Amino acid sequence: MSAIEFKNLRKEYGTLTALDGINLQIEQGEFFGLLGPNGAGKTTLISILAGLCRPTSGSAEVMGYDVQKEFRIARRLLGIVPQELVFDPFFTVRETLTFQSGYFGVKNNDAWIDEILFNLGLSDKANENMRSLSGGMKRRVLVAQALVHRPPVIVLDEPTAGVDVELRQSLWKFIGRLNQEGHTIVLTTHYLEEAQALCNRIAILKKGHVVALDTTANLLERVKTPNAADGDLEDVFMQIMNEEKAS
Amino acid sequence: MMPQESFNVMSGFYALFYKEVKRFWRVSFQTVAAPVLTALLYLMIFGHVLEDHVKVYDTISYTAFLIPGLVMMSILQNSFANTSSSLIQSKVTGNLIFVLLAPLSHIEFFSAYVLAAIVRGAVVGSGVFLATCWFAKMNFAAPLWIIIFGLMSAAVLSALGLIAGIISEKYDQLAAFQNFFIMPATMLSGVFYSIHTLPSVWQKVSHFNPFFYMIDGFRYGFFGASDISPWLSLGVVSGFFVVVAAIAMRMLSIGYKLRY
Repeated sequence: MSAIEFKNLRKEYGTLTALDGINLQIEQGEFFGLLGPNGAGKTTLISILAGLCRPTSGSAEVMGYDVQKEFRIARRLLGIVPQELVFDPFFTVRETLTFQSGYFGVKNNDAWIDEILFNLGLSDKANENMRSLSGGMKRRVLVAQALVHRPPVIVLDEPTAGVDVELRQSLWKFIGRLNQEGHTIVLTTHYLEEAQALCNRIAILKKGHVVALDTTANLLERVKTPNAADGDLEDVFMQIMNEEKAS
Repeated sequence: MMPQESFNVMSGFYALFYKEVKRFWRVSFQTVAAPVLTALLYLMIFGHVLEDHVKVYDTISYTAFLIPGLVMMSILQNSFANTSSSLIQSKVTGNLIFVLLAPLSHIEFFSAYVLAAIVRGAVVGSGVFLATCWFAKMNFAAPLWIIIFGLMSAAVLSALGLIAGIISEKYDQLAAFQNFFIMPATMLSGVFYSIHTLPSVWQKVSHFNPFFYMIDGFRYGFFGASDISPWLSLGVVSGFFVVVAAIAMRMLSIGYKLRY
């Protein structure tokens, strides 16, 4: 059983086709990168997975459960870190995480909440109101909210956009640990060096199509030449984009 | 005081309900104290000006007549405000995503928001009554009717607030709904007068206003007298609730303006 599976997934907004028949399987335990330029369809794909958006046709599954028909189970198995820096200004960090646990029906979650807070460097902010946190700290709380119900599949939609080096390092250390413990991680990012360093396998989207899908090592092979220094994922990305432009 | 410490939740519904109650309680100066003061001012001004000029049901003073009307008006406006403002704030700031990502059914979503709004309506209504009941001798002819109409009317306005919050994408759209529908319907429902004092044509028009039945039935609980039978009022209010609840739940189940 795959952690995530998209079958012939299409999403149209009026005349705009955001996703054009996506077929993609992400296996359990993978650290998977979902890359692409702005408007490629990455966030739409994640929104469908999260149930925030309904597909025009096709289906999406989390651990074998359809995100529309079996949404209760599918959502329990999924943790999403949204791209936008959103928060509820009425509550403290701990209250935010306790309510989020409650929405997922998780009782007596204080020990796990404390562990998440510690690992994300938020322990001393636990009783502070969300409004008083810096942007980076709010981003950490978003990550914490996605993890609060211990989902086996975690999707991070540009989690390090606009955050400092310290957070990036502590975040990747923690997410790496979760991946080693068996959690499936899906990452979208514009920082291609992060994707190169972290992801085992990568899909590149463009205009609602998957234009490349391979292991990170195989993708890097594409730009390796005997007489030149090894290329990086940015070179691969640009090469694929240019090939697509030419075709 | 609401507990500040962590709590054990029984379900997603309970967590959402508790969050919604805590949300309004955290700003209770604005959500509870302010409407109580407003109602008190209405009573002092209208009660003082009209006390000797208006008589209703022969034996009841105008101030005594006005008090249940103000209590009900506060219940209606605050129940509506709780669901609608919570939803529009969550939509505009984007934090509604945390509820939408959760495995909550549309019934849980509806019940949690509506019940929390009923709690606010009940808290504000009780506050208004406690602040105003000293100004006239109040009776409790049929207390059960008071409770039934208080809760049912709060439920109707909570569901209406949910609909308004779902439909509105900006604060001014919600304000339009509130100022051009809720406020006139409330003010013209008999808060400040008995419809028997109106010309016959306006009496007939008043019967098309569902808010009139809420206030009239509520007053029956205090005085044992009303413009129409409380059973008819209960039927109308219950029917209205079924309609608005069905619309709100349908919107939630299809994700209207929530899931694209």
